[in-house]
Amino acid sequence: MHIKKIFLIFFIFNLTNTHLYSMEPQVFVQSTVNRASQILSKNISKENKINELKTIAKETVDIRGVGYYSLGSVRKNLNDSQKKLYFNLFEDYFLKSFSSRLSEYTNPKIEVYGKEILNKNYTIVNSLLIATSERPEVKIDWRVYTKNPDNPLIRDLIIEGLSLARTQKEEFISIINSNNGDINALFKTLEEFSKK
Amino acid sequence: MFKKLSISIIFIFLFAFNANAGSDGQLEFKKNNGEKEVKDCFEKLNRITFSFNQGLDKAVIKPIAKGYRKLPDPIQKGTNNAVKNLSSLITIPNNILQGDVKTAIINTARLAVNTTIGLLGTVDVANKMGFPKYIMEDYGQTLGSWGVGPGCYVVLPVLGPSTVRDTAGSFANILGGDPWYNASVHGNNEFLSDKVYITSKALSGIDFRANNIESFDNLEKNSIDFYASLRSLYLQDRENKIKNNQRGSIEVLYKDEEDWEEIDNK
Repeated sequence: MHIKKIFLIFFIFNLTNTHLYSMEPQVFVQSTVNRASQILSKNISKENKINELKTIAKETVDIRGVGYYSLGSVRKNLNDSQKKLYFNLFEDYFLKSFSSRLSEYTNPKIEVYGKEILNKNYTIVNSLLIATSERPEVKIDWRVYTKNPDNPLIRDLIIEGLSLARTQKEEFISIINSNNGDINALFKTLEEFSKK
Repeated sequence: MFKKLSISIIFIFLFAFNANAGSDGQLEFKKNNGEKEVKDCFEKLNRITFSFNQGLDKAVIKPIAKGYRKLPDPIQKGTNNAVKNLSSLITIPNNILQGDVKTAIINTARLAVNTTIGLLGTVDVANKMGFPKYIMEDYGQTLGSWGVGPGCYVVLPVLGPSTVRDTAGSFANILGGDPWYNASVHGNNEFLSDKVYITSKALSGIDFRANNIESFDNLEKNSIDFYASLRSLYLQDRENKIKNNQRGSIEVLYKDEEDWEEIDNK
């Protein structure tokens, strides 16, 4: 009897563990948006909302991966110290920009309704930002990096077919090209954005 | 006659630029599937025009759009429906030119229903009757679907982002491709005139601006290069529309994007 009990506990523990560690991208996105939505509907100051959103972003977005992508082919030419400096600046820029964009919404309702596995590294999760009297329904797709299935991470948001990561990449490249390929111009711009 | 001649000259000029642009080392935007690239050949001029447009927007267009938003909802909705209904006069010939006769028939029926029962398009009766979702088409999209490349990116005064191909497509409207333009400007009737046409286009612009006030503000506030952001969004949007990608049907757009595959987060 005792052995049976132990076996049962072990079995349940195993089941729970499996569920926890191979998180389905859809579940991951839905739980992330639920967390963000909860914060946005809280009766707290905008500054506090932004800080809490930053915490979620740090846990759920592959900030380093997005940073690499945003540099385009320039990323191949950076030395170690430039990389280190860039990632520090990029993280500050990204968190400020991301949380500031989101904090404009109050109590958004997002419903996840499907997914498409592109390959072993990427799954696209489909969701809808439900319409309100003030704005129409918005389709949002999430590019989830699933290389490590135990720890999926968001790499891009595609709003009505428009990729935020691609937009950001073209913005960064534009700044670098406008300054004769000088990466320091981008560093300066990112720093100024974070400080303002 | 002179008007048509000038328009034709501009049209040819733009196409000539399209043919010659491409080897000046300007910024290139590689499409995801490795197709032709969009170049910002006139970036300096474009940025000047962009600044002018932004000034115009802040001083005139945005305040009008804000005022428009204060109008009762039925008026805003009615205006939105009416301008959309008028746009189907351009969409239908483009459905045919793209070989989509079925959608052309559906859109013609929609136009007939909305213009009559729907009180000159102010009420979208067809939508209530269960017609499929209306998707706008234009001559730029048709040229794109025929394989004409976008050419250089251009920022037009007042009108904003475009490409050489899309600008050329817009000229097709006033060269006989838009029945609404033909009826208003050349129709010789007492109800319509060029002023009516211009007003309808201005209303369409204001309606669009009014629906996007917060989005533009948010984008501007969070962009480190607003010009480049808008350029990217415009080009992505056109790419989706030309490929007739359903909203968010990203399998075509992103499946082949090699750039993502190289990215590791270590």
